Amino acid sequence: MENFAYHRPASVADAVAAMKKAKDGKFMSGGMTLLPTVKQGLAAPSDVIDLTGLKNSGISVSGSSVTVKAGTTHVDVATDKGIRQVVPALSALALSIGDPAVRNRGTIGGSISNNDPAADYPAACLGLGATIHTSDRKLAAGEFFTGMFTTALKPAEVVTAVEFPVPAKAGYAKFPNPASRYAMVGVFVAKLKDGSVRVAVTGAGPAVFRVPAMEAALARDFSAKALAGVTVDAKTLNTDMHASATYRAHLIGVMAKRAVEVAK
Amino acid sequence: MSETGIGQRVKRKEDHRFITGKGRYTDDINLPGQTYGYFLRSPHAHATIKSIDTSAAKKMPGVAGIFTGEDIANDKLGGLICGWMIHSKDGSPMKAGPHPVLAQGKVRYVGDHVAFVVAATKEQAKAAAAAVDVSYAVLPHNVDAAMAMTAKAQVHDVAPDNRVFNWSLGDQAATDAAFKAAAHVTKIDLVNNRLIPNAMEPRAAIGSYDSGSDHFTLYTTSQNPHVARLVISAFHGLAPEHKLRVIAPDVGGGFGSKIFIYAEEVACVWASKKIGGRPIKWTAERSESFLADAHGRDHVTHAELATDATGKITGLRVNTKAAMGGYLSTFASCVPTYLYGTLMSGQYAIPNIYVEVDAVYTNTAPVDAYRGAGRPEATYVVERIVETAARELKMDPGEFRRKNFIKSFPHQTPVIMCYDAGDYAAALDKALQIADYKGFPGRKAESAKRGKLRGVGFSAYIEACGIAPSAAVGSLGAGVGLWESAEVRVNPVGTVEVLTGSHSHGQGHETTFAQLVSDRLGIDIDNVAIVHGDTDKVQFGMGTYGSRSGAVGMTAISKALDKIEAKAKRVAAAVMEASTNDVEFKNGTFTVKGTDKKMAFGEVALAAYVAHKFNSAEIEPGLKESAFHDPSNFVFPAGVHICEVEIDADTGVTEVASYTAVDDFGNIINPMIVEGQVHGGIVQGIGQALTEGCVYDKESGQLLTGSYMDYCMPRADNVPSFKLGFICTPCPSNPLGMKGCGEAGAIASPAAVMNAVTDALGVRDVPMPATPQVVWQVMQPMKKAAE
Repeated sequence: MENFAYHRPASVADAVAAMKKAKDGKFMSGGMTLLPTVKQGLAAPSDVIDLTGLKNSGISVSGSSVTVKAGTTHVDVATDKGIRQVVPALSALALSIGDPAVRNRGTIGGSISNNDPAADYPAACLGLGATIHTSDRKLAAGEFFTGMFTTALKPAEVVTAVEFPVPAKAGYAKFPNPASRYAMVGVFVAKLKDGSVRVAVTGAGPAVFRVPAMEAALARDFSAKALAGVTVDAKTLNTDMHASATYRAHLIGVMAKRAVEVAK
Repeated sequence: MSETGIGQRVKRKEDHRFITGKGRYTDDINLPGQTYGYFLRSPHAHATIKSIDTSAAKKMPGVAGIFTGEDIANDKLGGLICGWMIHSKDGSPMKAGPHPVLAQGKVRYVGDHVAFVVAATKEQAKAAAAAVDVSYAVLPHNVDAAMAMTAKAQVHDVAPDNRVFNWSLGDQAATDAAFKAAAHVTKIDLVNNRLIPNAMEPRAAIGSYDSGSDHFTLYTTSQNPHVARLVISAFHGLAPEHKLRVIAPDVGGGFGSKIFIYAEEVACVWASKKIGGRPIKWTAERSESFLADAHGRDHVTHAELATDATGKITGLRVNTKAAMGGYLSTFASCVPTYLYGTLMSGQYAIPNIYVEVDAVYTNTAPVDAYRGAGRPEATYVVERIVETAARELKMDPGEFRRKNFIKSFPHQTPVIMCYDAGDYAAALDKALQIADYKGFPGRKAESAKRGKLRGVGFSAYIEACGIAPSAAVGSLGAGVGLWESAEVRVNPVGTVEVLTGSHSHGQGHETTFAQLVSDRLGIDIDNVAIVHGDTDKVQFGMGTYGSRSGAVGMTAISKALDKIEAKAKRVAAAVMEASTNDVEFKNGTFTVKGTDKKMAFGEVALAAYVAHKFNSAEIEPGLKESAFHDPSNFVFPAGVHICEVEIDADTGVTEVASYTAVDDFGNIINPMIVEGQVHGGIVQGIGQALTEGCVYDKESGQLLTGSYMDYCMPRADNVPSFKLGFICTPCPSNPLGMKGCGEAGAIASPAAVMNAVTDALGVRDVPMPATPQVVWQVMQPMKKAAE
């Protein structure tokens, strides 16, 4: 592990200023990815800017949307009664992240800013069509997640909140990597109140992505059998020792059906 | 029977300190002036070391010393040994390449030890290691056992075809004749997947040298500290045994991986003198454990089974390639030979067996004994081919086994072993009943309704443990004897200390051994202390592995207790003015036949030390006895396990739906601890069958499964609640009638699980680990055929 300068600003403005001054700075929220990688010498930032000093956590639920502040931990999302009533799929997804230690430290803002290809939250954001609030602007989830471990965030831009629309129905089904238990394939399906359907897949490709063919099939008939015969091209999917691209493509079909089955 | 005696479910005495964080492991110990060691390891699978420049690194802050293979050579520090000589079938000795403590001229696997950096802090040692400049010339490598003999890579000069030995056991001509006469021949090709041991406590060592007394001390995570001292003394030549103390304090699991004498602990104790006697601590990081702990298994096997027209087995032929890794580890050579070929008769009366094994070098971490050591591999071959034969012959797998069971004892197999006792049909009957085998078709139909494929698999395993007697294993090539020692010290107040050469690293010896003493002497279990793991306290011992400490270690204690009882009777007789022959000892009280005279055990102990009431010329004062026990035979635990799996046809996920284990361990000291051993063993075997597989990248030679992100240990949600049963045929070769229980679960379960998986899918073989992807791939041609 290399030494680094540690900052714990109390405001978003100070956080952004600290990042602008840093040579190779990193924002840290729960630190669930950053700390292990720094410890293993895989990351060596000059400055770590700890966002927990912002005390930016909390959940608000209205009839049409759920807003989760960026510093909210997974356990708080998982156990929030308001979310459980209006988007139970989001509660279930948060409860399926990592283990209790991770859920107690990890935050939604940290998760989506890191945009790990196997993280769960990006699937919920893209699947529900969330709006990402940052220190500068508001971004649609579709614009926010740009590629493997990359987002539309500028170097000194901080996520402040995620605003999810309340759907008519949503479900999440995850096939975990047997060893790491990250999503090897995770599929989030949502039928929005305007009747449109979104299907977002995590774990299978370089970054979270939507499946238009499935969305079209489900828009006609929001049922598992509507997905029969709808396939995903394996060419753009990941291959590793645990799952070939072909197997992942197959699992997307299975998990999508299961997500529809559990959707409520 | 007392509440803490033999057969009682006594809660483990050691658990209070372990679960309250009061255990004292090697890494918990810190010595004054301590430094930290860090090993610079090879990034290449196979390479020549052109040069090592340590000059810049030596100037780094805190550095106390940096050592390379050159320093090892200059000091004439002996290399790591393989302590079991195997001869090829042509009579030539095995080809053991050099195994220096730090690499000399060449590295042979990713993780091989290149330099040892010692500094005031661990961070400083790591930083300095990064500044060591090593120039490599990369050589062709091979990580695959099956390819080793034809690979371009040549791991050791002494073995041009990478073959360490070509060993055989059994009568080849007679076996070939049996196959010619066979009505049916079953053939199978199997891979026994390489496993990485994962003891909860990583390996660690602290070496220190005291120039005042010219004496070395080594704290280490060892299953056998006396053997470590012997090897470091006699083979590395570091110090004579009386100048070297080895302490293995609390050790957090071993599973075999802590039997061996590794480079790291030798380097720590050697280099301490080089840096002026400051102690050096090294604690493995988990990724080092993955890279450099001795791995297990890694066999590629072709086997054939001959049966006659009635379904009787008439012959077994086995050909195996066993990977040894880049070097021969301490006991590597005996694992695929005398711990493997000798078990090929299983529980069956097989008249003709021939086993041939090629042990091969590969550019991987060394392979050595891992829970079961050879016996899981043998059981996997026998039980997979027997199950496959039953299916081919359209016989019930249970009844096919029953037909071929050995039914009378002793039974001499064609592969050395003479089984002393057993009742295999009784174990089968009990397992069938507990597993509700008759109800299986109903459960299969119910699973099918839910879209799940259900299968059932058997494993009727046998293991040989408590390897012995010493003269016999010596004749087979062992470098050591396999007896055990015990010393029973009775204190004047009647409390007891037992010094044992066994070593507990999770087995619960502090409880079970104390139960034996409590039972025999009629004293409270809290008045018994078990002392182990320190060569300054216990004179000598052979340590704990191969499920030997009950059958061998406790028998040594039992023999010492016999002597204690005999001596105490003489003391009691003198005090009570009676003839020794009239003194009886029961429930902790000495009585004189036909009188009301009696003395408690504690009173006799005190009398032995006060020594007022007897003639010291006839009876020596004190009450302390020792014994060495060399068994007359192995012990042969056996049993029948039945596994049911349910496979999700959509995803390939295999769930162990139920698991029944019926074991014969002879007499059992503590059923709770034994059940725990069975549970742990089964979980390890389920891990091998369904989740765990060490993968080296063929192209780069890198370890791909180098962390828990990719190496999948089984977890609680991967296993069901187990259904256990026991039968008991007491072992005739030890007075306690005990067999071993530590490895049985890991030996039996992979075959049971894979027989169930192949049954569910209706295929001959599925490679281990049967991960969801593997199972799904196996199902693809079946699905195509169905469409």
